[in-house]
Amino acid sequence: MMQFMLLFSRQGKLRLQKWYVAHPDKTKKKITRELITTILSRKPKMCSFLEWKDCKIVYKRYASLYFCCAIEQNDNELLTLEIIHRYVELLDKYFGSVCELDIIFNFEKAYFILDELLVGGEIQETSKKNVLKAIAAQDVLQEDETPQGFFEDHGLG
Amino acid sequence: MAPVRGDGMRGLAVFISDIRNCKSKEAEIKRINKELANIRSKFRGDKTLDGYQKKKYVCKLLFIFLLGHDIDFGHMEAVNLLSSNKYSEKQIGYLFISVLVNTNSDLIKLIIQSIKNDLQSRNPIHVNLALQCIANIGSRDMAESFSNEIPKLLVSGDTMDVVKQSAALCLLRLFRTCPEIIPGGEWTSRIIHLLNDQHMGVVTAATSLIDALVKKNPDEYKGCVSLAVSRLSRIVTASYTDLQDYTYYFVPAPWLSVKLLRLLQNYNPPTEDPGVRGRLNECLETILNKAQEPPKSKKVQHSNAKNAVLFEAINLIIHNDSEANLLVRACNQLGQFLSNRETNLRYLALESMCHLATSEFSHEAVKKHQEVVILSMKMEKDVSVRQQAVDLLYAMCDRSNAEEIVQEMLNYLETADYSIREEMVLKVAILAEKYATDFTWYVDVILNLIRIAGDYVSEEVWYRVIQIVINREEVQGYAAKTVFEALQAPACHENMVKVGGYILGEFGNLIAGDSRSAPMVQFKLLHSKYHLCSSMTRALLLSTYIKFINLFPEIRTTIQDVFRQHSNLRSADAELQQRASEYLQLSIVASADVLATVLEEMPSFPERESSILAVLKKKKPGRVPENAEIRDSKSPVPNQNNTQVNHTSANNSNATSDLLGLSTPPALQSQQGTLIDVLSDIYSTTNGTSGSINNAKKFVFKNNGVLFENDLIQIGVKSEFKQNLGRLGLYYGNKTQTSLQNFTPVLQWPAEESTKLIVQIKPVEPTLEAGAQIQQLITAECVDSYRDTPSLQVSFRVGGGQIQKFTIKLPLTVNKFFEPTEMNGESFFARWKNLGGEQQRAQRVFKAQQPLDLAGARNKLTGFGMQLLDGIDPNPDNMVCAGIIHTQLHQVGCLLRLEPNKQAFMFRLTIRSSKETVTSEICELLADQF
Repeated sequence: MMQFMLLFSRQGKLRLQKWYVAHPDKTKKKITRELITTILSRKPKMCSFLEWKDCKIVYKRYASLYFCCAIEQNDNELLTLEIIHRYVELLDKYFGSVCELDIIFNFEKAYFILDELLVGGEIQETSKKNVLKAIAAQDVLQEDETPQGFFEDHGLG
Repeated sequence: MAPVRGDGMRGLAVFISDIRNCKSKEAEIKRINKELANIRSKFRGDKTLDGYQKKKYVCKLLFIFLLGHDIDFGHMEAVNLLSSNKYSEKQIGYLFISVLVNTNSDLIKLIIQSIKNDLQSRNPIHVNLALQCIANIGSRDMAESFSNEIPKLLVSGDTMDVVKQSAALCLLRLFRTCPEIIPGGEWTSRIIHLLNDQHMGVVTAATSLIDALVKKNPDEYKGCVSLAVSRLSRIVTASYTDLQDYTYYFVPAPWLSVKLLRLLQNYNPPTEDPGVRGRLNECLETILNKAQEPPKSKKVQHSNAKNAVLFEAINLIIHNDSEANLLVRACNQLGQFLSNRETNLRYLALESMCHLATSEFSHEAVKKHQEVVILSMKMEKDVSVRQQAVDLLYAMCDRSNAEEIVQEMLNYLETADYSIREEMVLKVAILAEKYATDFTWYVDVILNLIRIAGDYVSEEVWYRVIQIVINREEVQGYAAKTVFEALQAPACHENMVKVGGYILGEFGNLIAGDSRSAPMVQFKLLHSKYHLCSSMTRALLLSTYIKFINLFPEIRTTIQDVFRQHSNLRSADAELQQRASEYLQLSIVASADVLATVLEEMPSFPERESSILAVLKKKKPGRVPENAEIRDSKSPVPNQNNTQVNHTSANNSNATSDLLGLSTPPALQSQQGTLIDVLSDIYSTTNGTSGSINNAKKFVFKNNGVLFENDLIQIGVKSEFKQNLGRLGLYYGNKTQTSLQNFTPVLQWPAEESTKLIVQIKPVEPTLEAGAQIQQLITAECVDSYRDTPSLQVSFRVGGGQIQKFTIKLPLTVNKFFEPTEMNGESFFARWKNLGGEQQRAQRVFKAQQPLDLAGARNKLTGFGMQLLDGIDPNPDNMVCAGIIHTQLHQVGCLLRLEPNKQAFMFRLTIRSSKETVTSEICELLADQF
């Protein structure tokens, strides 16, 4: 079972965090700081896995963004790399050639997509098509709405 | 940036841009505070915000929180959004709740109500949103509220596939919080049969759930094995086009395959049915065959997915450990990976091979790759890969290759990364001991270890080499010669001085015949290091010197001069001072015979498992390093018989601590009376290990020994008191072969007493590894007199089993703060009369224990902390004592008289003190104890 997933930039800024086990905020911050430092100090050709406390860390860099997952001892490292990849593919498909800015400005979407891929730290749907279908269905529900405040925000209210 | 479908929130985007444009951290904080004030006023304002506004502000709060700032409001608004009839608002509400889980009891009810409503919705998207939220929070409240709905959703024929997937994982999440949630009976087979579902996504999600259920209840779910095997079989024989979107880069359903292979690792053997077993072996063979086929794509995703399945198949093969053919094939496959250009594959292959090395079927096959593994250890660029190589070398080591592997590890140690040195040292030490056929080799290896990586050689390692040298006569002369040579080096590590000092002190005579290592030469060599060493090492060397006086009387005056040196005799270090003066006196006063008896050669240590192993296990809690043979030899049960009479260290009774008694002063402080007690107690109580032994009552009279013991755990205690302060060390020794989890000692001490005796307890780690020992420090400060004594409730879990819980009384009774007081008869009787008031006296008459033991009673009273005053009571059988209890607020004088009645087998105890609580408490503590 995945314990958590972190997305952070090359400068060490946290962009997304998803925790599948409960920790106090303080612990989360400590873990995050520690891992970001550890991973950023590693060289490009190094192995994508590392032992960390009693879990295994699997990470991969995509452009300026690092994706980092903590999994349990008997989870499969290689397949965790592919969970990351699948998530990147989904983001890419949804945003159309995704970049770090998309995730900053639309962090809520990034969460929604992740929630379709993983639930409770386990993979829910591996089919790219099915996940995108689910997200599209959500977006359709949204587009039916025309809230008043929306117009106000755009100077039309 | 691509435009996002759905409605963007312009205000949010502007805010995020503002934050990004902030030039400094201060500016960012300022901008955030401004926004927080704005949102707060909006939320507070009477003008009702519409849903969009609420959503936007909640989303901003979420963003601020994710930047790392604390958010203490907005929860109510987020909960309001949950019941919005607009999906996007509901969704943001759920997101906020999921990220900022707050167990605020007022809100959780509202949240649960909203979730209930959404679960009833006919729109599967709403249902899924609710399920995902439950899974994100996963609290006990959730488990209790939805234990009916979710299992129904999972197996109902009307449920849509997407909902089933979420329901399976949601249930799994709740099961992890609250295992009772899973209904049994007919549900079992309905859940198992999800493995047959047509929808691959449903099967994938359900397999995760079933895996967890099987772990809890393997027999009930045994039916899943044959279904899992058929499903696996269909996947591995499928072509990549068969499974459409569930094929990932030409690999059919890698996630499901891996999950099924994991599921099957819960049983051993996976099945009794030869048909099913045959089919499973066919699957495993097919997977191994496919690994040999040329890749269908050059993309790393293809090879990762394919190898993920392969590694999991190999895990299953190793787990089953029955098919020699498959094990050897797996080993060959991994051997190929060792020289793959992907670092990840090399890392995993080394790791996986570690497990293969522990199987009798594949151990030899693994050994064929020794050279490549040694190269990996030396040449890999990534330290984590080098670490794996070291682990594998350790695992594949046996008698045939030990010398070579140990030598290679020693060579590598000179340049090894600091992060792995200590562990390597432990491993080398274990292997050298385990596979030594010739103990001169062992001695060489350990001395090399100290030479090469002295800083990383822990106490256990050098204690161990001394134990072994002492126990093996054939190696003693060689050891003396070798350490003598090693000490010649101009700069040698302090650990080398320790080992050298100890060994020459015991066996220096064996090499003294050679003029090059004559007694004076040995002494001068050691003493040339003396001033560079820490005081602990100096203390050890002083002991060596007194032993030299015994071994070599001819250099006695030189050594006595050293003892007399100002820096020793008047050393600021009490330990050195004490040793120097006592050893000096001993050398002056004692005759040669007495000296020879006192300083006789150390007796053999009892044969036991190396304590180094326990240290290694402790270092690597998640991943116990394995070596087939070493693992098989049973891990050590804490050994109680290592009390060294020579060193009077009767305090530690565990293999991991203080083996040589070096850190204990050579003479115990004024406790001669109790010492005998401690020793006899250690021997007598630890013989019977059945049932539990709780010695709390005896500790009224003594400070050190075994406080509690049962089949699982031994708790030793070592304590010292000075004035109104006390320090207590508890030693928890795990006697089992598994680790003790959730290990928590909790202090129990009523509030009204805790201001009188302030007790502080250092936390301990929650895991106590097999055979390991941990120490816990407790400090106590006596402010005022008090009753009773604090207790400690100890609870832990053995392996995955039941919680064990028991309570022990700590030896912190008020008498510990006694200072014995000498006085003559006159002043005793004067005080006795003064303390005649009603509340100052207490008396008890009680039956004596059989046989009536007056000498024992005297010892106990001394151990109790009072001064036994002879010649005061006209009746020589009667015992009278005096003492002062030190508390921070006052000192309480206390007198005692104990009168035996030999005919009636009775005792009469009278206590007089200036404070009522003390009088009655002392009386209480002593009654019935004689």
